Amino acid sequence: MSMAMSLSDKLFILFGGVCGLLVIASLIGFALSRRATSESGRATIDNLNARIKAWWVMIAIFAASFALGRGVTLVLFALTSFYTLREFVSLTPTRAADHLPLVAAFYLLLPLQYWLIAIDWYALFTILIPVYGFLLLPSLAALKGDAGEFLLRVSRIQWGLMLTVYCISHAPALLTLDIPGRPREGFLLLFFLITVAQFSDVMQYVFGKLIGRTKVAPAISPSKTVEGLIGGGLSAVAAGAGLWWITPFTPIEAAAMALAIVAMGFLGGLALSAVKRSMGVKDWGTMISGHGGVLDRMDSLSFAAPVFFHLTRYFFT
Amino acid sequence: MIDLVLIGLTRFLVGGQALWIGASPETRQRIYFANHASHLDTLLIWSALPRGLRAVTHPIAAADYWGKGRVRRHIALEVLNAVLIDRSTQGPPGAALAPLRGVLAEGESLVLFPEGTRGSERLPGPFKSGLYWLSQEFPEVELIPTYLDNPSRAFPKGTFLPVPISCTVRFGPPVARQTGEDKDDFLERARTAVAALASDPVG
Repeated sequence: MSMAMSLSDKLFILFGGVCGLLVIASLIGFALSRRATSESGRATIDNLNARIKAWWVMIAIFAASFALGRGVTLVLFALTSFYTLREFVSLTPTRAADHLPLVAAFYLLLPLQYWLIAIDWYALFTILIPVYGFLLLPSLAALKGDAGEFLLRVSRIQWGLMLTVYCISHAPALLTLDIPGRPREGFLLLFFLITVAQFSDVMQYVFGKLIGRTKVAPAISPSKTVEGLIGGGLSAVAAGAGLWWITPFTPIEAAAMALAIVAMGFLGGLALSAVKRSMGVKDWGTMISGHGGVLDRMDSLSFAAPVFFHLTRYFFT
Repeated sequence: MIDLVLIGLTRFLVGGQALWIGASPETRQRIYFANHASHLDTLLIWSALPRGLRAVTHPIAAADYWGKGRVRRHIALEVLNAVLIDRSTQGPPGAALAPLRGVLAEGESLVLFPEGTRGSERLPGPFKSGLYWLSQEFPEVELIPTYLDNPSRAFPKGTFLPVPISCTVRFGPPVARQTGEDKDDFLERARTAVAALASDPVG
């Protein structure tokens, strides 16, 4: 099943499969919306349907960017980083003295990070923000001469950049990996990562709604349950294993990779819930109807992408 | 065409979502008066208004900024429908208001920044008296307090480049005139109406 198919055949099957799943989900959502009677039931179904609709849009964007190639995909992720960094900074108290570091973050480090990935300069894109950003941002902030909450302010901007630019950029960085005997198959790795991470989120939500009882961390996120984590996580690992034929992995390896993505995604969601809670907000924004902000959908991917990237790079290239 | 590009850029950089809290976007004659924190303010309010209102609403812009350079001047006059006023005018009190009276006399709306200059605080500073005189001379015009959230963070005074931070534009309930109210009391009441919009649970 694996070697004979061309890359475009595989992508065609994959996107066809995802569209099929979404058709089924849309039909179920439509049927449920006609049956819901109680107030809270209707709210849940409306939220579900809004999520499904947003999924159609996201799939369309991904399909278009895959079809148009690596450059467009990189631009798409750079825009995602831009938008999520904007959401992050908007909710983070910054002051006038932070202007220069913010200019550097948005207009220098963000484009530079994606340009380094575009020219495949691995040694520099993996240290640009953790090392050079780390040195540059506090220097620029200090030039303004405002010492009030200095460490806190500098840390927030560094953290936002790591989360929204550095981590997220490791997803499209998969396109730069040279896997022996599999030229240009980075798109499939990217598809694998996104599908497993997002499927895990969706299934955790579904299992949590259906059978969720025991809260994992009630003080941080009331919606994350042990049952949701196990049910959703196992579904996503199974889905990942089932996708082994598009990857350089064996089915067992694909399951292990999916497990790593699920674990990191769960931790990302949890850590970001804690950040939101500490800021006193529920969502990062209002960009996507039913989903909150863009960062609300990217938190798991952000944590999973660097780990998946390095695991693949160490063991398979 | 340029207006669409400007609106697109504004949305991309700073969002500028409009929240109609106590007023609705209708074509009534109005004075929108807002806190002033950045050069983005005029653009933000202009792009927050629906197209129909944009055409009959004139932001008041400082000639020493928006009148400078051909491009900026063209955008201010032709795209934003702005009325440029010279802040350094010396003369009898209220003389600088002449072009504003002209707009109101023609039945169109205004956007004013009664602080007169950009501040760096979250809440507006003391208002200048122009709003009072106009509200007395044109008693039919609705006075809409408007609060701009975040532009002082996105484009602080003394910087050259705005950074992407989401801003919102909140339109509050009209401020009513009270008979016999003295100028300073009115101005303080108007200022408080703008400041009251700042404490929104969203931001």
